[in-house]
Amino acid sequence: MTDTTSDGPMLAADGTPLKKSLARALRLQKMRALMLIAPLLIFVLVSFIIPIVSMLMRSVENDIVVETLPLTVAELRNWDADSGELPDEPVYAAFVGDMVLAIDAKKHTRLGTRLNYEQTGMSSLFRKSGRKIRRMDPATDAPFKEKLIDVDKKWGDVETWRVIKTHSPKITNGYFLNAVDMRRTPEGAQAQPEDKQILVKLFGRTLIMSLIITGSCILLGYPVAWILANLPMRTANVLMILVLLPFWTSLLVRTSAWKVMLQQQGVINEVLVWLGMVADDARLVMINNQTGTIIAMTHILLPFMILPMYSVMQTIQPTYLRAAKSMGATNWTAFWRVYFPLSIPGIGAGSILVFILAIGYYITPEIVGGTKGVFISNRIAYHISSSLNWGLAAALGTILLVVVLVLYWAYDKIVGIDNVKLG
Amino acid sequence: MKFTKLTALAVTTALVAPAAIAQEMTIVSWGGAYTKSQKNAYHDPYSEKTGVTIINDDSSAEAVAKLRAMNEAGNVTWDVVDVVAADAIRLCDEGLAMEIDPDTMLAPAPDGTSAADDFGDLLVSDCFIPQIVYSTTFGYRTDLVGDTAPTSVCSIFDTDAYPGKRSLEKRPINNMEWALICDGVAKDDVYDVLATPEGQDKALAKLDTIKDDVIWWSAGADTPQLLADGEVVMGSTYNGRLFSVIEEQKQPVAMLWDAQVFDLDGWIIPAGLSDERKKQALDYIYFATDTQRLADQAKWISYGPARASSAPLVGQHADLGIDMAPHMPTDPNNAKNTFLYNYEFWADYRDDIDAKFQAWLAK
Repeated sequence: MTDTTSDGPMLAADGTPLKKSLARALRLQKMRALMLIAPLLIFVLVSFIIPIVSMLMRSVENDIVVETLPLTVAELRNWDADSGELPDEPVYAAFVGDMVLAIDAKKHTRLGTRLNYEQTGMSSLFRKSGRKIRRMDPATDAPFKEKLIDVDKKWGDVETWRVIKTHSPKITNGYFLNAVDMRRTPEGAQAQPEDKQILVKLFGRTLIMSLIITGSCILLGYPVAWILANLPMRTANVLMILVLLPFWTSLLVRTSAWKVMLQQQGVINEVLVWLGMVADDARLVMINNQTGTIIAMTHILLPFMILPMYSVMQTIQPTYLRAAKSMGATNWTAFWRVYFPLSIPGIGAGSILVFILAIGYYITPEIVGGTKGVFISNRIAYHISSSLNWGLAAALGTILLVVVLVLYWAYDKIVGIDNVKLG
Repeated sequence: MKFTKLTALAVTTALVAPAAIAQEMTIVSWGGAYTKSQKNAYHDPYSEKTGVTIINDDSSAEAVAKLRAMNEAGNVTWDVVDVVAADAIRLCDEGLAMEIDPDTMLAPAPDGTSAADDFGDLLVSDCFIPQIVYSTTFGYRTDLVGDTAPTSVCSIFDTDAYPGKRSLEKRPINNMEWALICDGVAKDDVYDVLATPEGQDKALAKLDTIKDDVIWWSAGADTPQLLADGEVVMGSTYNGRLFSVIEEQKQPVAMLWDAQVFDLDGWIIPAGLSDERKKQALDYIYFATDTQRLADQAKWISYGPARASSAPLVGQHADLGIDMAPHMPTDPNNAKNTFLYNYEFWADYRDDIDAKFQAWLAK
């Protein structure tokens, strides 16, 4: 006996259409899964994504000028920066009004520091003028033009006002321009003077050296991973400890150890001189240059290359090689045509890891890199911790992030990201 | 009735009193021998006197950035921070350090001189309480310089008389001044010259003559290590580091005090502390920067006390038993030719000259 007709919707046990009921069940399942990962998701969002986004925002944020000098910025809109003439009294009056409030809130020196990134001397101009403007009364002491120029003759310099006007927008491209060796001027973007151009060069150097380091990690790591993968488990595990050992030592200790090894009075040079291979007065320079950075960083990053290679190689059946050889392949052909292609996912994964870690390194290059072996990250560290120019640091960081994403995308197009395996 | 009220009052006081003064404070400094000298001279006596536990945090090298981050997060966990004067000025400008009134917040000298007069010109910022005078100066290997030991800072640039590597700090400050002096600029004109692009080029051109012979350092411990290993013939670093190489480790190294650059290190109190913690921090500062305490620190490290009234009280090294006065950068024999770090100049020119300096280094 069949009641169900073929034309009505298929119904679930409780009478609802099956499609709807199925969708609800799936939705519940998805919700449950989402609930399970919610703690991790919230953690990542709060501790990782939000800070990164807010840091990146700093590369364009420039509220400080307009917030500290709101009236002045408004008045400066009516002033033609290219006229070569000083602004009129209303600008000066607005400026004194703004400054008196800013000095009360102790914000004027912060603005000085901000503008000093663009124009040398702004820092002390604001600090020193602040002490005198404090005593002025915006309501009764007008006119201010002469008085301000008396306080410091730089207030009578068109350039000072041009800088304030140029950097007054709330959102600025100034930091990004600085990050690529350019600067924001009233006439638009211009190249930095040649003797201050360094950042583009450092970006290029960072990329090239990171590639070299990745390359040397592949060359050194591949045979090691191969041996580990082909040894009996027990021996392989013991040798694995040797690979992991560097992880248990502090980064600083490892880097400093390279100093002892590589310096001119160091272990390697001493041995070479003792063997007579190098003259005493012509000792090799292997540290405080690019060689030092490459050697030390290759050593430090090598485990990140070996581990994914090893786990991929472990999955390659030895029978494949035997099969190839039984069909007449030489050792080399068997390796190159059979084994190597199968191991590429490991190389890919290791290379991405090593490369991305390498371009962000700064402690090792700082210690062993001398002048030619430092990376863009060293400049980022300088601007974060020394010059406090976080806007520029954020712009440099954003560019670095974009470069990584572009390279990742290129890798995906050329090799294919599904071709990357960690084991 | 009266009795119970009194008891109640006593009980509440007893309960409340311990909470009124924070029992812990975090003091940030440079770590190593320097923090040890502060612990011996300031922290331990203060803890003994007040029962406050002092936690040391060795973060002074990143203090400016960290304070700014803490301030933005609205949670400043440090109570007193040891920074160099240039950083104190930066922190003061950024509104991250509290302004200090020396006459009400700091102890007068034993003879009644006000703190402001006792510290004198060394109060370089409204937020800064000077503690020590240190200098950046050169040390050289006595066994590697031949028969004539260097006596002038310009030996750095004389690679004929003193062949071999030298170490200099990887930043323009101090190096640019030395380069100009050795290029014939009079000491009084150095900053006027350095303020011009031509002057900056001139200094870099002078440094260019020894560029291949320089190992650039970024940590104060680098030059002592390079000297001890014989990797460099001479190098600049902080005078206290050289003292330890010479007197504590007995290495064949000697001081070249010529054209040493004085700099200051001292305390700031972060802005935005709660009233209670601010009171505690000020109480510590009042104690730790009085005349005797500053003189005591010199028993453990060869930096000169920042108060004029402390200088005569400097005694002997606590462990080595040698007189410390001749090892002070401020000792008349050492201070024949000195510079004082020009804070105002570098606050303005640091961003600009540093960019040029780094570009020159990378060339």
